[in-house]
Amino acid sequence: MRVKLKLIILLLSFIVSIHAAGVLAKEAEPLAADPEMEKRVNAITAELRCLVCQNQTIADSHAALAVDLKNQVRQMVGSGKTQDQIVDYMVKRYGDFVRYRPPVKPTTYLLWAGPFILLVVGVVLLISNLRKRKQIIVDAPLSADENDRLQSLLGADATVAGKNSGGEVKPS
Amino acid sequence: MSRNLRFLIPLVIFFVVAGFLYKGLSLNPREVPSPFINKPAPDFALQKLDNMSEQFSNKDMLGKVWLLNVWASWCVACRQEHPLLVQMARRGEVPIYGLNYKDAPSQAKQWLKQHGNPYELSAVDYQGNVGIDYGVYGVPETFVIDKRGIIRHKVIGPITPGILNECVMPLVKMLEQEDPQVTPVEYKGVEGCA
Amino acid sequence: MVPEIGHFALILALCIAIVQGVVSIAGAQLGVKSWIAIAKPAAQAQLLFVATAFGCLMYAFIQNDFSVAYVAMQSNSMLPVIYRISGIWGGHEGSMLLWVMFLAVWTGAVAKFSRNLPDDMIARVIGIMGLVSVGFYLFILFTSNPFDRLLPPAVDGRDLNPLLQDPGLVIHPPMLYMGYVGFSVAFAFSIAALLSGRLDAAWARWSRPWTTVAWMFLTVGIGLGSWWAYYELGWGGWWFWDPVENASFMPWLMGTALVHSLAVTEKRGSFKNWTVLLAIFAFSLSLLGTFLVRSGVLTSVHAFATDPERGVFILILLLITIGTSLALFAWRAPKVGMGGKFQLVSRETFLLANNVVLVVAAAAVLLGTLYPLLLDALGMGKISVGPPYFNAVFVPLMAPAVFLMAIGPITRWKQASVPDLVSRLKWAAVIAIIMAVVTPFLMGEWGWLRPLGFGLAFWVMSAVVIALVERVQKVKQPGNFFSKMIGLPNSFLGMCVAHFGVSVFIIGVTMVSSYQVEKDMRMEVGDTVSMGGYVFQFNGVSKVKGPNYNANRGHVKVTKNGNVVTNLYPEKREYLVQTMPMTEAAIDTGLFRDLYVSLGEPVSGGAWSVRIYYKPFVDWIWGGCLVMAFGGFLAITDRRYRLVSKKQQDEQAVKDREEGEGVAAHKVATSEK
Repeated sequence: MRVKLKLIILLLSFIVSIHAAGVLAKEAEPLAADPEMEKRVNAITAELRCLVCQNQTIADSHAALAVDLKNQVRQMVGSGKTQDQIVDYMVKRYGDFVRYRPPVKPTTYLLWAGPFILLVVGVVLLISNLRKRKQIIVDAPLSADENDRLQSLLGADATVAGKNSGGEVKPS
Repeated sequence: MSRNLRFLIPLVIFFVVAGFLYKGLSLNPREVPSPFINKPAPDFALQKLDNMSEQFSNKDMLGKVWLLNVWASWCVACRQEHPLLVQMARRGEVPIYGLNYKDAPSQAKQWLKQHGNPYELSAVDYQGNVGIDYGVYGVPETFVIDKRGIIRHKVIGPITPGILNECVMPLVKMLEQEDPQVTPVEYKGVEGCA
Repeated sequence: MVPEIGHFALILALCIAIVQGVVSIAGAQLGVKSWIAIAKPAAQAQLLFVATAFGCLMYAFIQNDFSVAYVAMQSNSMLPVIYRISGIWGGHEGSMLLWVMFLAVWTGAVAKFSRNLPDDMIARVIGIMGLVSVGFYLFILFTSNPFDRLLPPAVDGRDLNPLLQDPGLVIHPPMLYMGYVGFSVAFAFSIAALLSGRLDAAWARWSRPWTTVAWMFLTVGIGLGSWWAYYELGWGGWWFWDPVENASFMPWLMGTALVHSLAVTEKRGSFKNWTVLLAIFAFSLSLLGTFLVRSGVLTSVHAFATDPERGVFILILLLITIGTSLALFAWRAPKVGMGGKFQLVSRETFLLANNVVLVVAAAAVLLGTLYPLLLDALGMGKISVGPPYFNAVFVPLMAPAVFLMAIGPITRWKQASVPDLVSRLKWAAVIAIIMAVVTPFLMGEWGWLRPLGFGLAFWVMSAVVIALVERVQKVKQPGNFFSKMIGLPNSFLGMCVAHFGVSVFIIGVTMVSSYQVEKDMRMEVGDTVSMGGYVFQFNGVSKVKGPNYNANRGHVKVTKNGNVVTNLYPEKREYLVQTMPMTEAAIDTGLFRDLYVSLGEPVSGGAWSVRIYYKPFVDWIWGGCLVMAFGGFLAITDRRYRLVSKKQQDEQAVKDREEGEGVAAHKVATSEK
């Protein structure tokens, strides 16, 4: 009688444990309570600089202040604040240093405009330089001696003229 | 001749860059200056460390020149400046108020018992929200606040005797002279505080 | 004893470098043959001594000699041997020794492989490299001596930074330094040419292979650094526009411009001044990088022990080296001739346009890197300039260069016609536009960056194929396509491969930045996550012990359609000496995607936070770098560099030039109907 009871209990617990395992192996839950909001939080904090380690974004840093600030951002996103408002909040407390995307203000006009101004200047200089070259450079023909030397080196019948290590080619 | 001068442009550009690099050697790129200099100290109301049923606010200090020192029992660097703070408190030159930042009150009290208490009182910023409001990013930090509640200077890191004698005390003395009823046209600083 | 030998060897190397520098150059300028003859032996002797010094330091590391201060700082008795060796260049002093040893290696290589150059030229080049070495030896001996003793000796060392205990440290810095230091050769050739007053196409022909090799090393070095950051740092990114990363990227951009500019100068004798200036700039940026990393002027995760005193020394070194070279340039350049004539639409123009874009890009990176310093120095506040800025500025700047990359290789020298180019490239344009539209459509998301990236990448790829096909079709000897292609000059094949590598790189970047999937999950034992067609199952965490660390090792089983793809073991390590917690991500590398898992923290209920990434085509980023570098390798194995006699070299040079123009000649003669 006791043996039967023990067997039944054993069987029951076996069945229960299999079911339990089936119940436990499930789809994992996202770490964040609201993954969509978390994406926004990450997007915003990825452009903010961690002030403690200073070489990571607030999104990635594990420093205590970074975690605090990330929570602060999460709170603000949850209460409907826009990215601009959140960044302003941070800048008000920590200055422009906290922004990895430098603001566009008079002190940073040179920074933002500089590369494109340089590109325009470079292209203009290139074109004007090339135009001037065309006018200045005159090709000098080779002397007879030099031509002979060239023929013997080349062994070809195309006549190559020009002293500037590459001149005009006259089709023969 | 002017055609040849343009070959000097790279050299000139280089010298300009080198000049900046040289200047950079004497700067500290890690230091984050406070955007609150010459701006009102953010308002707060926190529990007092020694009497949690009472509150302390920065507004209580209007009309007085005072120091707000951010500290914590887990902060190693705070131990460096603490003897100096205790000395200052003994001399009674300027009232020092503590902001106990992200600390357990019991451990904070224990630490003060062990190392001395230079503070008129300490406010408990357990979550660190007031710290964020003040732009605190490291401990210790000290704010010098004038009679009108304006932050006039922030010391980042431990206060050294040098900083105390060249910057903090001269500034405090100057601020003591200011009339709280009068709005200054521009905020004056002190030479020793760069 | 051994460290003292090393120290002494270093001092001897300095003395030899002084002789090498002063006597060789004086000999070349004054025409004293016996002085000129000193150059090569001096270079070899210097290499011998500095290698000895390096060997002594290596001995100290391997033998755990903690009476040497540098060893005590960088190493530990529990550190595996391979990291004891690579730890040599893990810190400032040792990495400087590596720098200066590589400089001696390059000088020795120049001494050995330049039989066909005039002696006085070689003497100047070796002399200049010697002078640069002198500066660095002085810097090391006076401010950064790796052989300084620590007395009493430490009981054990402070261990190498755990982030550096990785195979990446074994090869990334050496590759990088070979690149940086390699640009000193092009620099030395340029200065030698300015000094001798002999700035001609021959000089360009001599400089070119050296520059290409240095460029190759730098490409590999930067690629390795990026890959290492990707798998080691655990945040899944691969480029942060960190000041030190930028410090390696700027010389690369300048070096790429230089390689292209040398092509113009070699083939056509034009723009010699510009090429010389580029060579000076490229090496200057290498030196600037050295300054930025070690002076404390900028914050960086890479920075060595930052020390303004050392910074002053390096700055003086920079002033002397760069200042005198630019002054020499300003003095000599006006007298240099202008070289051959070419039209506005020609290969020369496109190559120079490439130069303009690359130099502007390098300037933009420099501007962004130094801007915070600029504002701070002027008292105008403190800002940060990070990835958002660089990404916003750099990509639009580089797009034109990539666009031109397709056109340049099939454009004739001297004179080309736009309608002709358009007709030859029309299929490339068609493919590019199709892929620009189709790929985002297939992957599901748009945005303007994706079509641009895919469009440019396929534009270049198709154009490379067109260039190859056209060239193969001109080969008159019999054979199939493949054998004819292999028979093409290696310099041409190298160019095709390198350009192809750029498009591979662009595809990698566009794919991963646009279509990466990231999930941050709370996982209990048995939980699964689905991503990209794969199922990731978390099977718990166990404790393991490493040689010098303890770790929590997670087990994630990855399956696809029920078949096991791989088992991943991400770790969270705590190193025993430096007690730094470190995340060691587990990655399954694939040709078309990476599966990246990193273990977070334990959370409530016995679960762990686990971050899983699906990264499509991410390995194409570094694959692209390798392909580019291989292109460079092909280019330097070109037949003309393997020619022994001077006569053969001259003949080949003329043949190459004729080939570049003769093709044009025939076309002009025959196609103009």
